[in-house]
Amino acid sequence: MLRPRIAPCLLIKNMGLVKTVNFNNEKYVGDPINAVRIFNEKEVDELIVLDIDATTTKREPDFRMIENLASECRMPFCYGGGIKTAEQALQIIGLGVEKIALSSAAVDSPELVSEIAEQVGSQSVVVVMDIKKNNMNGNYEIWTHNGKRCIRKCPIEFAQQLERFGVGEIIVNSIDRDGTMQGYDYTLVDKLRKSITVPMTVLGGAGSLKDIGQLICRYGIIGAAAGSLFVFKGVYRAVLINYPNIEEKDALIEDNYRAS
Amino acid sequence: MIAIIDYGLGNIRAFVHVYNQLNIPITIATECDGLKKASKLILPGVGAFDNAMERLNKSGMRQILDELVLGRNVPLLGICVGMQMLARSSEEGHLPGLGWMDAVVKKMTPLNFHDTHLPHMGWNDVQPVIKNSLFYDFGRVSRFYFLHSYYFHCNKNEDVLALTDYGGMFTSAVHSGNIYGVQFHPEKSHTCGIRLLQNFAEL
Repeated sequence: MLRPRIAPCLLIKNMGLVKTVNFNNEKYVGDPINAVRIFNEKEVDELIVLDIDATTTKREPDFRMIENLASECRMPFCYGGGIKTAEQALQIIGLGVEKIALSSAAVDSPELVSEIAEQVGSQSVVVVMDIKKNNMNGNYEIWTHNGKRCIRKCPIEFAQQLERFGVGEIIVNSIDRDGTMQGYDYTLVDKLRKSITVPMTVLGGAGSLKDIGQLICRYGIIGAAAGSLFVFKGVYRAVLINYPNIEEKDALIEDNYRAS
Repeated sequence: MIAIIDYGLGNIRAFVHVYNQLNIPITIATECDGLKKASKLILPGVGAFDNAMERLNKSGMRQILDELVLGRNVPLLGICVGMQMLARSSEEGHLPGLGWMDAVVKKMTPLNFHDTHLPHMGWNDVQPVIKNSLFYDFGRVSRFYFLHSYYFHCNKNEDVLALTDYGGMFTSAVHSGNIYGVQFHPEKSHTCGIRLLQNFAEL
């Protein structure tokens, strides 16, 4: 039986790990390699690492850092941040990364998705959609450049377009829920899950394992990603890397997946 | 010594990491010289089939690999696309495969894999169908990480080593003589993966 995936998502800025709230207020939470080692011990399903200032500072991906992370990872590794060309994507896959994640580059030219997929295979091409609700009209909108630039594209139409271009997975990231730990935005996920068939990973808002269970209960096979949940502990948000152990994870999936 | 075939694809360093931890010597082969002393071979692979075949064909190692694997029966483990390359052909590409096994690679479709999203991605169970040292000493669960949209179809039933269910059963590990292949990524599958790589080293 294929299982839903539970994946920590780590954000990198200036070589360090940070955690944000609504894409702001970055808090330093530690060293990336150290975090990977701890997540190895905890046998996480998958690890997502996003370099959040590569695109905003017009920087290339940090290939050396990616290579170091990839060789340390004993679990599948998805890297995003600053990837603009098929050459860069291919180079990163060559460093031992299972999946590369695009954001602004896919928004600017969705054809890039198929160009990369032809060379590395669809299964390794991920697009992260950072989405925020427009409080004036209630519409969901896509943002890029670390939440600084609004793109006039409907998330659903864009997701369907990506699917036609051969994307392998879509990570839906809610800017409104980011770092709030108040639960996933199910309204948003409902809309997208109904419109596309490629695997989806949901990010933004998970505050407890209960939230993850609820997501699995609603959607079955899905990726449940979280940042704050796996790096903070307690109401004072003390930095402590954590992840359910195998028994807890199996129970979480069994309790919720069967029920879906 | 185990040689890992480095033709520019696959997570070479992840394998090196695992074997270093196990204190099992491993070498990275980028040309024929690196292969000569190999007592075992690992053929990794990620990405599209044609891209992988083209790179291997251009690596200059193709001929000696044919000789080592077919002529001198050196044990080889193909991983993910590296496994698919063992087949005669793949529906993903136009180039012929290595043809070391009597098999073809087919696309997973909703017709034969029901109610499923593609790619098949995530952790799934691997059920060995025959006793084999590659799966020696596995506990209650053999869970591995998969990431693929095409599957390996053996023309000979006896080559099937393990099966996996994804809304339909498919072959997730194969074995024919000195040749082994696994569809999943042992180098990214925590303790189960480490055990399998150790088993291969101890064959």
